Amino acid sequence: MTPALEVRDLCRSFGALHVARNINLALAPGARQALIGPNGAGKTMLVNLITGALKPDSGAVFVRGEEITDLGQAARVKKGLARTYQINQLFRELTVLENIALSVAERRRRGANLLQPFSRNRETVDEAAQLIETLRLGDDMLKPIRELPYGRQRLVEIAITLGQRPEVLLLDEPAAGVPSTESHIILEALDALPDNIAILIIEHDMEVVFRFAEQVTVLVGGAVLVEGPPAAIAKDEGVRAVYLGEHEHG
Amino acid sequence: MNAPDRSAPDPHGFLRGRERWRPVEALPWLIAIGAFFALPDYMILGTQVITMIIFALSLDLILGYAGIVSLGHAAYFGAGAYATGMLSAHLGWGEPISGLLFGGAVAGLVGFVSGWVLLRYHGLTLLMLTLATAIMLQELANVLEVWTGGFDGLLGMEFTPLFGLFENDLWGHAYYWYALAVLAICFLFARRLVHSAFGRTLVGIRENTRRMHAIGSPVHWRLVTVYTASATMAGLAGALFAEINAYVTLDVLSFARSGAVLIVLILGGTGRLYGAFVGATVYVILEDELAKASPEFWEFGVGLVLVLVVLFFRGGLLGGLDSAARRLKEARS
Amino acid sequence: MNPVLNAAVSILFDGLAYGMLLFIISVGLSITMGLMGFVNLAHGAFAMAGGYVTVSLMNLLGVPFLPALGGAFVIVAAVSMPIERLIYLPLYRAGELDQVLLSIGVVFMAIAGATFVWGSTPPSIRMPDFLTGQVDLGFKTFPAYRTFTIGVGMAMILALWLGFERTIIGAKIRAAVDNRAMAQAVGIDVDRLFVVTFALGSGLAAMGGGLAIEIVGLSPPFAIQYLVFFLIVVAVGGLGSIRGAFVAAIVLGIIDTAGKYLWPDGGAFFIYAAAVLLLLVKPWGLFGREQT
Repeated sequence: MTPALEVRDLCRSFGALHVARNINLALAPGARQALIGPNGAGKTMLVNLITGALKPDSGAVFVRGEEITDLGQAARVKKGLARTYQINQLFRELTVLENIALSVAERRRRGANLLQPFSRNRETVDEAAQLIETLRLGDDMLKPIRELPYGRQRLVEIAITLGQRPEVLLLDEPAAGVPSTESHIILEALDALPDNIAILIIEHDMEVVFRFAEQVTVLVGGAVLVEGPPAAIAKDEGVRAVYLGEHEHG
Repeated sequence: MNAPDRSAPDPHGFLRGRERWRPVEALPWLIAIGAFFALPDYMILGTQVITMIIFALSLDLILGYAGIVSLGHAAYFGAGAYATGMLSAHLGWGEPISGLLFGGAVAGLVGFVSGWVLLRYHGLTLLMLTLATAIMLQELANVLEVWTGGFDGLLGMEFTPLFGLFENDLWGHAYYWYALAVLAICFLFARRLVHSAFGRTLVGIRENTRRMHAIGSPVHWRLVTVYTASATMAGLAGALFAEINAYVTLDVLSFARSGAVLIVLILGGTGRLYGAFVGATVYVILEDELAKASPEFWEFGVGLVLVLVVLFFRGGLLGGLDSAARRLKEARS
Repeated sequence: MNPVLNAAVSILFDGLAYGMLLFIISVGLSITMGLMGFVNLAHGAFAMAGGYVTVSLMNLLGVPFLPALGGAFVIVAAVSMPIERLIYLPLYRAGELDQVLLSIGVVFMAIAGATFVWGSTPPSIRMPDFLTGQVDLGFKTFPAYRTFTIGVGMAMILALWLGFERTIIGAKIRAAVDNRAMAQAVGIDVDRLFVVTFALGSGLAAMGGGLAIEIVGLSPPFAIQYLVFFLIVVAVGGLGSIRGAFVAAIVLGIIDTAGKYLWPDGGAFFIYAAAVLLLLVKPWGLFGREQT
């Protein structure tokens, strides 16, 4: 079967610093894969390389068998590749509704429409309202982002990305900064995603990783250390060494 | 579609409410019409105010909505003014409405080309490029003396009466209505634009360009589109200026003019369309009163107001009015 | 000497003097913009102020030219410090638009204030004898004042180079231009550095303003007239780069002077066109580092 996302021999360095060394990765359609690794392992860099925010020195990226290495960010999104950010990237002066509707409108290619009032895009607005419900943001729908606490903003961050109806979804620490009382909303929203979406999740919380992922990739120093099912990773000596090592250093 | 919960806020109603015309929006037009009857001797000044509103409105589209900071917006005002002026002075085409459209079109073309190149840059580089582009055009107009009249200005324009009926009379009455009509069309266009899906994407770009890329928005084209629209509008203002005065000098392309329109918009308030109305009215009238009486006082005052606005009243006059109204409301409840 | 060569040497020499002037005034702007990321369109106002301080010291108090230049440096640098604290400080983290507007406001006030105090007619000062007339450099004689200006420019470049490369404060400024967060993290008081750098930059501009009186003249609009040139020097040279500002200023000075000799009507167009092209190809300038 053609993988939903495939990364082949991806390399990138900044001077002497190698942030990606020959990374190979493949996600089948519907995959639930976690990417873990100590701080500075290059996890977010890998997401940037896959989405096109950063250009690789060598290697290639494929979505459903189609090479996208030379495409720009926006063109990759149109191929079904979407991401969330580790640090919220929102439209702070706009309301929650508008943040999400904007994303939906772009996906539906309504964004170039110069003269039709935004409210006429009924389907776009309905779809945004649906996402708002999924992430239980109804009460805050009409508030501008800057008035929301960080945890609630985090939900908008995810809703915007879901508005892209991605086939491959890259989640960069979706639960970071969310109070534990609300993190279940995120997990439930992820559980509710259609089965055919391939998801790569970067996460520090091992509980989340074990609950969510079927496959785990461990990244260390810009290279894949090991890959396998969660149970095997938990027992892996090399992984333990890396994590224990990190703990020793604080 | 799922039936919405009755108690939940209604997204459709909310968005429609944003776009709906409010009664207060009739005010500027009523004032403009009232001014014609109440102050018939001030119509030349009134026409200047309107021209400035159109120019500031064009800047608001790129600055207030898309967040593009330009130090050279006079480039497009000047392009429109020279295009219309040269059409009349050299080719003898003096029909004002087609002349105006020609000026707008030329400015739009200049805007499209320069925008396509410049809008790949951001921050200080973009700032410098907009500034240098306008000054470069000014120098070009200076060099092409044969066509532009160079330093002495472009003379010899003649415009036929509007619709073959209304001359540009000494009191500026006919051209007041003409300018007001141009403003009305520009405003309707701008208002539609900012309330469209396109307009929302511009705000998205202003608020977070990176995320706009990540949701698949063709950011560069969106910016080029709005920049072209803005340049066209600025060009219409410039063309109007040329037709009213039948005289164009290098000053239409100057840094001073780029700065003035920026000040006007900041004074009124950015990203709200009506800021251009308030800012231009206050600025042009005060300038007319003060600049002649005491130029130093005027210049010092503009500088001081600018510093104070930036430090304390970032929303400009309309922003200040807004927060005062809000405070009043809160105090009551 | 061959007349063409003679003219070429003269142009080169005048251009060099003009370029030195541009450098002395612009270098402060480059450093403060690189260090603080502040788009300061009011930099020319400090140069203008320096010019008027020089004039006042000489004509009212009878101070000789050279000490008056030093006085302009000290006085304007001192005055710029409270201005930096009161007006600029609140906007370091603001967007470019706010900084642009604020500094335009400052320029307007400065020009109006200068017109009010000193009037709009360009003042004249009496140069010391050794700066009038010509000096013979062996192969050709040159105007003494321009030779002096070039000398001062050379001295400045040397002093700045030594100051930046060899002193602690210079190292701190370099570190902070390079990476402000990192500099802060290792305990550099970036805040104080800002004041010192701002004062130094304003003082240099003031001295440049004083030097400029004999070359380009002085009147209140000076603050904005040459602003575009200062900005081009900074942008083309690269923010925060002394070397960049120097190269850009000299090249600009020579091209502009040559243009004025050879094609009095159209020379400026090519300067702007060249600056635009260069920025299109190298958005961070000749010696600037990519900013994100």
